[in-house]
Amino acid sequence: MATVPVPAPEQEKLVRTWETAPGVYGWCATVDHKQIGIRYLVTSIVFLLLGGVEALTLRIQLAQPNLKFLAPEQYDQLFSMHGVTMIFLYALPVLSGFSNYLWPLMLGSRDMAFPRLNALSYWLYLFSGIFLYVGLPLGQAPNGGWFNYVPYTSSEYDPGINIDIFALGLIFLGISTVVGSANFVVTLLRTRAPGMSINRMPILVWGTMTASVANLFAVPALSLACFMLWLDRNFGTSFFAVRGGGQPLLWQHLFWSFGHPWVYALVLPSMGIVSDALPVFCRRPLVGYTAVALATVTTMVIGFGVWVHHMFATGLPTMAISFFSAASIIIAVPSAIAVFAWIATIWTGRPVFKVPFLYFAGFILLFVIGGVSGFMTASAALDWQLTDTYFVVAHLHYVLLGINLFPVLGGLVYWFPKFSGRMMDERLGRWAFWIMFIGFNLAFFPMHIVGLEGMPRRIYTYPADLGVGGWNLLITIGAFMLASGILLFLYNLVRSLSVGEVAGPNPWDAPTLEWSTSSPPPPQNFDIIPIIASRHPLWEDRLEDVEDRSQLTTGYLLDHGRETIGTTPLDAEPNVILRMPGDSLLPLCLAVATSVLFFALLSKLWLIAGLGFAAALVTLILWFAPEPLADPEHPRLYA
Amino acid sequence: MIRARWILSCPALALTGCASLPLSYLDSTAPVGGRIAQLGWGMLIISVVVVLIIAGLLVAAIWRGSTEVDGRELAVRRDTGGMRWIYVGVGISSAVLAISAIWTLLTLKAVAQPASGAAPLTIGIVAHQWWWQADYRPSQAQGNFTTANEVHIPVGVPVRFELRSADVIHSFWVPKLAGKTDVIPGRTNSMWVEARQPGIYRGQCAEYCGIEHALMSFRVIAEPIDRFRSWQAAELSGRSPQQGSASAQGAAIFAAHCGACHAMRGTEAGGAYGPDLTNLGSRTTLAAGMIQNTPRNLAYWIRHAQEVKPGARMPNVPLSDADVAKLVPYLEAR
Ligand code: HEM
Ligand SMILES: [Cu+2]
Repeated sequence: MATVPVPAPEQEKLVRTWETAPGVYGWCATVDHKQIGIRYLVTSIVFLLLGGVEALTLRIQLAQPNLKFLAPEQYDQLFSMHGVTMIFLYALPVLSGFSNYLWPLMLGSRDMAFPRLNALSYWLYLFSGIFLYVGLPLGQAPNGGWFNYVPYTSSEYDPGINIDIFALGLIFLGISTVVGSANFVVTLLRTRAPGMSINRMPILVWGTMTASVANLFAVPALSLACFMLWLDRNFGTSFFAVRGGGQPLLWQHLFWSFGHPWVYALVLPSMGIVSDALPVFCRRPLVGYTAVALATVTTMVIGFGVWVHHMFATGLPTMAISFFSAASIIIAVPSAIAVFAWIATIWTGRPVFKVPFLYFAGFILLFVIGGVSGFMTASAALDWQLTDTYFVVAHLHYVLLGINLFPVLGGLVYWFPKFSGRMMDERLGRWAFWIMFIGFNLAFFPMHIVGLEGMPRRIYTYPADLGVGGWNLLITIGAFMLASGILLFLYNLVRSLSVGEVAGPNPWDAPTLEWSTSSPPPPQNFDIIPIIASRHPLWEDRLEDVEDRSQLTTGYLLDHGRETIGTTPLDAEPNVILRMPGDSLLPLCLAVATSVLFFALLSKLWLIAGLGFAAALVTLILWFAPEPLADPEHPRLYA
Repeated sequence: MIRARWILSCPALALTGCASLPLSYLDSTAPVGGRIAQLGWGMLIISVVVVLIIAGLLVAAIWRGSTEVDGRELAVRRDTGGMRWIYVGVGISSAVLAISAIWTLLTLKAVAQPASGAAPLTIGIVAHQWWWQADYRPSQAQGNFTTANEVHIPVGVPVRFELRSADVIHSFWVPKLAGKTDVIPGRTNSMWVEARQPGIYRGQCAEYCGIEHALMSFRVIAEPIDRFRSWQAAELSGRSPQQGSASAQGAAIFAAHCGACHAMRGTEAGGAYGPDLTNLGSRTTLAAGMIQNTPRNLAYWIRHAQEVKPGARMPNVPLSDADVAKLVPYLEAR
C-alpha cells in the first residue's frame, strides 16, 4: 500500500488543535485520553504497591503460629485495606488505564466520546482513593474486610470512622466508575472508525464494553448498600439493624449482586488483553474470534445470576442453593471456550518467545488453576467446607493475580513501545517474569493445601497444633519473592523509559490499528480517520481471506477544530461529525467540589458539605452551558 | 467402602505428613462430613486431572511451534483451523461440568436431612463475640442447663443444632463432622451432625466477627450414649455442693467480682453476659479453646485476660493473690 503522508501544514494544524496546553494549566486541564490513560496506569500501580506492602506485612505476621508482629486490630485494618485497595483501587482502574489509552487508538478515533467526563472519572478515582486511605495513618482504617458484613460494621460493634470511610469512599469511587463506564459504552457505540463493524473490534474492546455495561448495573447496588449503611450508622435508620426490624442478609444480597459481576469486570478486559496480544506472538489471528467474543458476553450475563454462591453457608433453602450451585458450575463453559481458543491459537501458530508471550502463556495455566478451584467452590455442599478458609484465599488470588495481574504486566510490556516509543529490556523482563511466576506459585499454591487442612481466613494468628506452620513459612517466602519480581519489573520499566531501544510504530508486527500510528502517537492519534475493512488492518496484505483493504492514508481529515467521526452502533457507517471539547478545568473543579462534599460528610460538617454540593452544582451548570455553534463547514476528505 | 476411603485418604496423609490435623475435613468419616469429603475428593481429582491435561496441551503446543524463528512471517494465512479444539474441548468440559453439578445436587439432597428424618436431640447454640454458648433442654421435667465452648453430644445419634447469634455474624464449623453454617442475628439457622466415633472434634468460628475471630474456637465432645447421659445428669444437678469455709469464701469472691457477667447455677451469681461457669472444672480448655484448663492458667487468665486474648469482652480483674488462691479452687472443684 503506498503511503502518502498528510502534507506538513495540515499535520501541524492537527497537532496544534489537539495538543494539551503546556505547564501546570495543561497538566490540570488535559482531556487527552492518552494522558489520562497513563495516569490511570501509574496511579493504579502505586495502589498495587501499597496493597502489596500491606500484604507482605500480613504475611510476616502469619509466617509462623502465634507471632506477635501485629496486634489483632492492626491485622484487621491491614487485611481490609489490602482487599479494598487491590479490588477497588488497583484491579479495575488499571484496566481502565489500558482501555482509556488504547480504545481510541484501536477504534481509529481521536478521543473518547466524552473527553471531559474521562478526565472527571480519573480525578474522582484519585481523590476517592486518597479518601479511602485517610484512616490508615490515624489507625482508623476500614476494618470490616472488603465485603464489610453487617452487623459487625454497624456503629454498635464498630464505632469510629473506620466504616464511614468505607461506606462514603465506595460511594465516591462508584461515581467515578459509573461515569467512566458510561463513557466507554458510548465511545464504543459511536466513535469507531468507519467500517469497524462490531465483528471487527478487538476482544479487549469486547471485554471492556461488557465490563462497563455490567458496572452500570452493578455499581448502583453497592452505592445504595453503602448509603443505607451510612444512614444506619449515623442517623439511626435500621435497614440492616435487627433491633429495628432490619435484615443483615440484605447487605449480603446487595453486596454480592454487585460483587460478583464486579469480579468479572476485573477479569474480562484482561482476558481481552490476552486474546488480542497472544495471537500476535503466535503469528496468526485468534482462533474462534466470534466464539470468544460471545463467551465474554455470556460470562457476564450468567455472572449476574450466581451471586448467592458467596452465601451458600447462610442457611438459605436447599432448593435455592441447588439452583445457584448449578449455575455457578455451568458458568465455567464460556471460560472453557476461551481457554481452548488460546491453546488452539498457540498450537496452530508459531510462538515467538518474547516476554509478553511468557506472561500470556503463564496466564493460561494460572487461569485454569483458578478456574478449577472456582469449580470446586461452586459445588455448594463442598463449599460448606471450603468457604472462609485459605482455599478461597488461594482461589481468589489465582483468579485476581493470574487473570488480572499477569495479563496486565504482559500488556504493559506489549504496549510499552506504544506508550513510550521504546522497548522494555528482554533479559531483565525474562528474569522478572520467572521470579514472579515461581514466587506467585510458591506463595499461593500452598494456600490450597492449608485451606483443605482447615485454616480459616481472616485470622491474625493460628495455634501451632493446626499443623500449618511449615506451609505458612513457605507462603511468606513466596510472597516476598513475588514482590521482588514486581519490583524488578518496575525497575526495568522505569529504566527502559530512557535507555530502551527505540521502537518504531509497530515493533511486534501486530495487526491492529493502534500500531499504524507513530509511537508514541501524536496528540490527534491519526492524521486521517482510517476506514476499516477487516479485523486485522495491518495484516491484510498477508492474510489470504481478506479481500478488501482498509484505508489508512485516505479518509476524513477533519481539521476544523477538534473533530472526530461519529458512526452507527452496529455497522459503523459514518453519520455525523463530532465536535470534541478541548482542555478544561471543569473536571478537576467538579472532582474537588465532590471531595469537599465527601470529606465534610465524613467529618459531619454539614455546612461545608452543603457548600461542596453547591460548588459541584455550579460547576455542572458551567459544564452544560451551551457553547457557540461551530461554523457548519463541510468535512474535508483527504485523498 | 472402608477400603476405598482408606485409599482416598492416602494422598491426604501424604499431603499433611501426619495422621490427621484437627481441622482438616477431607478425612472425615462422619455421616455428613464423610459424604462431603467424597465429593471433595472427586472434584479435587477432576480438578487436578484437568490442570494436568491443560498444562500438557499448553507445553505441547508451545513445543510444537517452537522450531521456526522468523518473527515477521505469519504462521497462518487464512483464519481457519483450530475451531475443532473449541468444539471438542468445550464438549468434554461441559459433560464433566454437568456430571459434577448432578453429583453436587445429589450430595446436597443427601446431607440436607438426617437419614432417619428427624434428629432426636436438639442443642441450642448461641454465638457471642468471641465464645460459644450451648443450651441443653433435655426434657420438660428435667429442666435446662447451659454450658460454654465445649459441646457434648452422644455418638451415633443425629443431633440438631439451632444456631443463634447474640451480636454479629459468626459461622459454626466442626470440619470433621459437617460443613459450616452461618450464625446470623435475627435468624435461627439449623444444621445436623452425627458422630460415628467418640472423640474430641475441634470447631472454629469461620466468619470474620471482630478482633478475636481467630481465637473463637470450641470443641465438640462425642461420647457413648451412657457417658453422655451421666454428663448431662451431672450438669443438670447444677453445682455439686461443697463444704468448708474456703469454698464459701471462693463463692463470695465470685459473686462480688464475677457474678455480674457470669452465672454459677445454684448460687446468687447469675450474669448472662459471659459464659456460664457452672462445673468449669469439667472443661478441658479456657477462653474458647485457647488455653488448657489448669489452675495456673485459670489464675493467669482471671487477672490478665486482655494479654491472653486482646480485645476479649472480659476485663483484667484486679484481684489480690490471696483472693485468686481462694477463687481458683472454688471454680475448679468438681
Ligand atoms: C504480593 C501479592 C499479594 C499477597 C502476598 C497477598 C496476600 C494476601 C493475604 C495474606 C491476605 C489475607 C488473608 C486473610 O487474612 O484472610 C489477602 C487477602 C486478599 N487479597 Fe491479597 N495478596 C497479594 C496480592 C493481591 C492482589 C493483586 C489482589 C487483587 C487484585 C488481592 C486481593 C485480595 C483480596 C480481595 C483479599 C481478601 C481481603 C478480605 O478478606 O477482605 N491480593 N491477600
Ligand atoms: Cu465469630
